[in-house]
Amino acid sequence: MNVSDFRNEFPELSETVYGKRLVYLDNAATSLRPQSVIGEWNEMSARYTANLHRAVHHIAEVATQKYEQARDAVREYINAGSREEIIFTSGTTASINLVAFSFGEAFVGPGDEIIVSEAEHHSNIVPWQMMCSRKGATLKVLPVDDQGHLRLDVLRELLNPRTRLVCVTQVSNVLGLTNPIKEIVNICHSIGCPVLADGAQGIVHSGVDVRDIDCDFYAFSGHKIYAAPGTGVLYGKKYYLDKMPPYMGGGEMISTVKWTGTSYADAPHKFEAGTQNISGTPTLVQALAVASETRSAELQKNMEEVVDYMLNALSSDSRFHLFGQPGGGYEKIPLFSFSVEHLHHEDLALILDKMGVAVRSGQMCAEPLMDRFGVTGMLRASFAPYNTVEEAKYLMSSLEKAIKMLDRK
Amino acid sequence: MKSLKEVQDDVIEEFSMYDDWLDKYEYLIELGNGLEPFPDEFKTDDRLIKGCQSRVWLDTSVECGRLFFKADSDAVITKGIISLLVGVYSGREACEIASDDFSFVEKLGLRENLSPTRANGLASMIGTIRSTASKNCQK
Repeated sequence: MNVSDFRNEFPELSETVYGKRLVYLDNAATSLRPQSVIGEWNEMSARYTANLHRAVHHIAEVATQKYEQARDAVREYINAGSREEIIFTSGTTASINLVAFSFGEAFVGPGDEIIVSEAEHHSNIVPWQMMCSRKGATLKVLPVDDQGHLRLDVLRELLNPRTRLVCVTQVSNVLGLTNPIKEIVNICHSIGCPVLADGAQGIVHSGVDVRDIDCDFYAFSGHKIYAAPGTGVLYGKKYYLDKMPPYMGGGEMISTVKWTGTSYADAPHKFEAGTQNISGTPTLVQALAVASETRSAELQKNMEEVVDYMLNALSSDSRFHLFGQPGGGYEKIPLFSFSVEHLHHEDLALILDKMGVAVRSGQMCAEPLMDRFGVTGMLRASFAPYNTVEEAKYLMSSLEKAIKMLDRK
Repeated sequence: MKSLKEVQDDVIEEFSMYDDWLDKYEYLIELGNGLEPFPDEFKTDDRLIKGCQSRVWLDTSVECGRLFFKADSDAVITKGIISLLVGVYSGREACEIASDDFSFVEKLGLRENLSPTRANGLASMIGTIRSTASKNCQK
């Protein structure tokens, strides 16, 4: 499939904003939705609105099947060992909070330690701060160097018998670098410490094999990988899921409920209390099929060209500072956070917006990382496989105009 | 001295002369660059306005029932917007400001054309000006 055919699957790409063609470069925040996902989402809403797992009537049966088919699709996509290890949530944040609560209850006590990296999204920081304060545990920070590479030498020093969990992102939403997650898992497992990988960005740009990585938990959102918003996944190894108490109590997560006490269902239902995202979750099937299409040689080549163009454009000009330098095994995904000499990220983003270019500016939910690099925020352009080198060039020429407007003092 | 309403109408008229948003931004950038210098020692946390993606400082002084505003921002377009607000409200009587409905900001079209985070910042700026005015209006 070529890029132009692929683009045709995403209706929003033909939108105009302020009379200009939309150039959507905020894919790391959320991806656009393809027609197949929109179609399934509509069909689920229009024809199969029924609650799951409960009723025996026909539409409930179909809705339940669709929902459970999505579980199979996810299992296959990330190569999990069994479908019982796939828990549906509302997104990465909910997945991580689930682990922070339930793993915390089962495995963490006073004096224990949790390690998170300095490059984490707030969603992989705050739940651990909350858990540590609840359990009397300590949060330790794995730093990054000036290139944005994780200090694995420091990880080895930080790890000790009191470390209960290491939480690290597969790809930072700011730095756009592929972290050596497999090596991190190896290091941690060598002392028996489990690892949670935040796959919010990582799932989008390469295939993921959780059994190959061997991480103990893997969290991601549906909406960043073309599925309906409010969908998300937590993969957890059965060994841990079986020992973890439920996160929320309610319908469908129980085995029996008596006034004398309640027993819970097994995973994954133990962790899926309440009415689930009936019309959204099934779209993971279509979304992951689209994600598989992006692995085609032609679309991969397009992404590589975008990465090469952007890396060159941002590195060859001394006015730009790119955060997250590839090299030494760290590959760059098409996500570029940078600053422009003397200019404020917000001014640039506002002007780019009026030229039709949607980029992100600010702290990008990673305030500690902003502090690490001594900035109040950055400008971020994040590309998806439907974006083109032509759009990258339009970004850079629009940026040039914005700089001219702002730099005329 | 023109009334508050008259000054606001002037600003709305001037701003509406620019059809294109980029021209409006050019205008705001110019306004921001022309803002009276803000002393560095005034850039304190208590003058910092919450809810902005860029940092905004607002200093208020009171003389004979009139409020005088000085402001600054590390972002130029935001500086232009606060410069509009300062231009309209600085030097006015506290009670006159307190009784204003601030609807002229809507008429400028700024709120809906700025990102929600930015609109938040604008709302915070207005909130600060309004509450300072109420505090200083003894009626």
